[in-house]
Amino acid sequence: MLASQIGYYSLILGLFVSFLITPICIKNFYNNKVIDSKIFSFSFLQFFLVFLSFFALIISFVTSDFSNETVFNNSHSLKPLFYKISGTWGNHEGSLLLWLLVLTFFIFLFMIKSNDQPKKYRILTILFQQIIIVGFFLFILSTSNPFGYLFPTPKEGLGLNPILQDPALAIHPPILYLGYVGSSIIFSASLAGIVQNYISKKWAKHIKTWILISWIFLTLGIMLGSIWAYYELGWGGFWFWDPVENVSLMPWLCLTALLHSILVLEKKLSLTSWTVILSIATFTFSMCGTFLVRSGILNSVHTFANDPSRGIFILIFLSILILISLIVFFIFHEEKKQEISKIYFLSKETSILINNLFVMYFLSVVLIGTVYPIFLEVISNEKISVGPPFYNKLIMPFLIIFLIFMSIGPKLHWIKTGMKKIKVQFFLIFIFSSLISYLIIDNIGFENLINSFLITAAFYLFFITLKDFFAKGFSNLSQKISHFGFSLLILSILLNSFFSSEVTANLKIGEKISFEKGIITFVSTESKKYKNYQSIVGYFKVEDNKKKLIILKPELRIYNQPYTITSEADIKTTLYSDKFLVMNLVKGNEYFNIRYQIKPFMVWIWISTLLIALGGICSLFRKNYEK
Amino acid sequence: MYGKKVKLRFLFLALILISVILSVFLILKSLKENVVYFQSPSEIQKLNEISKKIIRVGGMVKENSIIMDSDKINFIITDFKNEINVIYSGAVPNLFEEGKGVVAEGFLKDKKYFLATKILAKHDENYMPPEVKEAIGEK
Repeated sequence: MLASQIGYYSLILGLFVSFLITPICIKNFYNNKVIDSKIFSFSFLQFFLVFLSFFALIISFVTSDFSNETVFNNSHSLKPLFYKISGTWGNHEGSLLLWLLVLTFFIFLFMIKSNDQPKKYRILTILFQQIIIVGFFLFILSTSNPFGYLFPTPKEGLGLNPILQDPALAIHPPILYLGYVGSSIIFSASLAGIVQNYISKKWAKHIKTWILISWIFLTLGIMLGSIWAYYELGWGGFWFWDPVENVSLMPWLCLTALLHSILVLEKKLSLTSWTVILSIATFTFSMCGTFLVRSGILNSVHTFANDPSRGIFILIFLSILILISLIVFFIFHEEKKQEISKIYFLSKETSILINNLFVMYFLSVVLIGTVYPIFLEVISNEKISVGPPFYNKLIMPFLIIFLIFMSIGPKLHWIKTGMKKIKVQFFLIFIFSSLISYLIIDNIGFENLINSFLITAAFYLFFITLKDFFAKGFSNLSQKISHFGFSLLILSILLNSFFSSEVTANLKIGEKISFEKGIITFVSTESKKYKNYQSIVGYFKVEDNKKKLIILKPELRIYNQPYTITSEADIKTTLYSDKFLVMNLVKGNEYFNIRYQIKPFMVWIWISTLLIALGGICSLFRKNYEK
Repeated sequence: MYGKKVKLRFLFLALILISVILSVFLILKSLKENVVYFQSPSEIQKLNEISKKIIRVGGMVKENSIIMDSDKINFIITDFKNEINVIYSGAVPNLFEEGKGVVAEGFLKDKKYFLATKILAKHDENYMPPEVKEAIGEK
């Protein structure tokens, strides 16, 4: 009760601070003094107030204060403490408050970390950021107030959707948001940069840190979501090309392109307009992600109950932001004189440009696949969905060329590289990769031209980056790690999809089923009661063709608040493959529905994603070290 | 007539333009081939011909209609106006239950029988396919 009120009023005060900062900034912008320390204090105050508000919400959740509407809708007194806390951002209102918290935190961080930058540029960045912050304050206060008051106070809450009660999903939103919100700084900074005509090598160097930070968090955030989907949803897959997943992939693709083009800007001062456009696009996609997920217009397997009025607010807010950025871009942008006007085909710039074009192509595929169903429904009222074949067909062939460029590109010099650079070694590695792929494809016995080429290209990148680790030691380490991780990711995904096998069956207790890879015996079940759910644990023996026995214990959880059944898959993970068993009970039947999957190289998908992120972390630390 | 630089730039622009057009064409073409239509049992009744394409059928699982045996599950999807029999072998999601919303993906055998290849999970227990929502709303 008290906590809610503190939270609510500090939120309003936080909005008020915005209106104090703005005039100070404008005044400071026009006078000749150094940057006003009041801006620091007020930024910190704003961050503190939002933090207080967020903390108050956590307290309301922890103490199960059901007079708070958000707590009532999303919590239950019997829920474990950990999920009471994570429930704070597991819902719409709380997650937006978290967005705002990260927004105010990042701008404060930006202030104290940008001392070496020009004053006017810094002030303008804060001003642009304040527009976003005010927008979010208004959004939260008008459409999704986390501190709604309920009277009379309900005795018990409705509970959090049990599939969200999971450790990976508890940290997934904050990590993802750090990535999303980090892109807002890039957005504000590049707008400020245009106005001040400050898009320079120095700017590139400074903004690269922010790009890296958002990129790392976004990569990790997507990975966590994917891991969660893998073991919690019971499909045994890690990526479904579902709209909700796609909207997180789009800013990632944009950021990846930006991460590369900023290098060209830093070294050669070219591609300036392109880099700025990418910065704006990245943030727009992050906002679109929030809009599409929260408005409920996506027809997705992840659909949660939604409120359309929120969608309209975000849509208007988004349009205003895009409009502002377009106006700023067209009025203030001046094309910089490039240091060199000639572009050579064989150079690092060109290969980065090609990388960017490919990434943009992937982005448009994902964008069209995600948005087209929405448009069609609005126009013709037909309901369609776009499935994985669409994405696979359009992305895989182009991935081949992309991978080849990824292997050769980093080898080229800036400006110009002669033909001699491309050595015999490259061809030898290429032949070697082709041989290995041939053996693999031959082994599975199905012929698919695109798959064969793709796996060859992935092996090519794999061996080239591997060779580099030994050959050249630690120069350009971050790029090597990330590219190596990417090749490993593509390889694991391909091998995973080639060699996966599964069997589904309906079994009664005591029955067994044999399939081509062994025999599954359903031995028994055991029932247990927990604080907030009842559990049925199945006991399965799986014997493979080599008589090797493993025991899997998938679980069914029956939650009462709210009434939901979830299956907890049992997964035996080894470096070579995952054995995945999930069971389900259809009400009123004695049969258990089971699904057993052998998923090779599953763990490598996560490891390679971690490697990709690790490359970014390396680059971040090395940069600080060089200073 | 023109300098070498201008020519090169034109070539570059033309290349980009061609590749953009090509990729848009490619995307739209495979979009046409790979979309999955969502239909309700009533819409299926109105169909003139049975196509072999994958579709999704959405509705509610009719009460007392689930029959399971060792390798398949039979049930009826209804939108409270029309219904369709579904034959499915495979894994079912957690929220698959009588009286709850369901979306099945697969092929039509005829207007009365649907061979499902996949049953899609919905995370929200109160989820209802849009057609069903409309149908109930009209009642």
